[in-house]
Amino acid sequence: MRNVFAFAAGGLFGIGLWLSGMTDTRKVIGWLDIFGDWDPTLAFVLGGAVGVMAVAWRIAAVRKAPALGGAFPEPPEPRLGRNLVVGSVLFGMGWGLVGLCPGPAMASLTWGGPEGLLFLVAMLAGMVAAPPLRARLEAQAG
Amino acid sequence: MPQDWLMGFIGGGLIGLAAALYLLLNGRVMGASGIVGGLIDGSGGFKTERVSFLAGLVLVPGGLVWFTGGADTHLTGNWALVILAGLLVGVGTRLANGCTSGHGVCGLSRFSLRGFVATAFYLLAGGLTVVTAKHLLELI
Repeated sequence: MRNVFAFAAGGLFGIGLWLSGMTDTRKVIGWLDIFGDWDPTLAFVLGGAVGVMAVAWRIAAVRKAPALGGAFPEPPEPRLGRNLVVGSVLFGMGWGLVGLCPGPAMASLTWGGPEGLLFLVAMLAGMVAAPPLRARLEAQAG
Repeated sequence: MPQDWLMGFIGGGLIGLAAALYLLLNGRVMGASGIVGGLIDGSGGFKTERVSFLAGLVLVPGGLVWFTGGADTHLTGNWALVILAGLLVGVGTRLANGCTSGHGVCGLSRFSLRGFVATAFYLLAGGLTVVTAKHLLELI
């Protein structure tokens, strides 16, 4: 059952990314291009998603456990840290360069062509490289 | 344009609904980079559940797009840029422990300070990158 609903959640996520325009890199770059021909669509995407999810967190707060068992995620970690900032800046740079973030990169895999596949392979390589880099950053920070 | 905004809002609502299902049924935070990253570096549990999620994420929109006549990502054909961007997105989201879905959708909606800080920095970095690469260097 967990796998059936994980598949359904992934599918719904992918449909939402496609319908909303998140898999169209022109719209994403248009949203980030505040000094060009600015496209506000992504504000509506984020607003719609956050609005629905805010209700879900309220429901989770009054329920004991997820419907399929296990436990709800821990409350958010309050500590910020350098990795959060450095990582988010690197991510934002990559996102701005071509207009893809991890969800849309995977959702558009079947129609993204060789460039889409290349992006995904580079992204996975970056993900494999991240833990050793994190260890070095933490060692430097002492 | 307002039609794009409406589609954005509806699509966003579906993204929120997917995240809500994953939280209320499976008890998991729906973050794309965390789900795939925890699988490939072996750091996360719930392995078959991650694979099932990713299969849905690739196959369901893929089937719909194929059925409705195709879509275009308008991704640049500059391979060097694609590789550089992919590496940055991969390293960055794993260092920060989240991307647009984890820190953005799931973090902002539970008033997580980390979610707000991450979202502020990746939006700022993304905006500055587009301004630099498009208007100053004319790379994209």
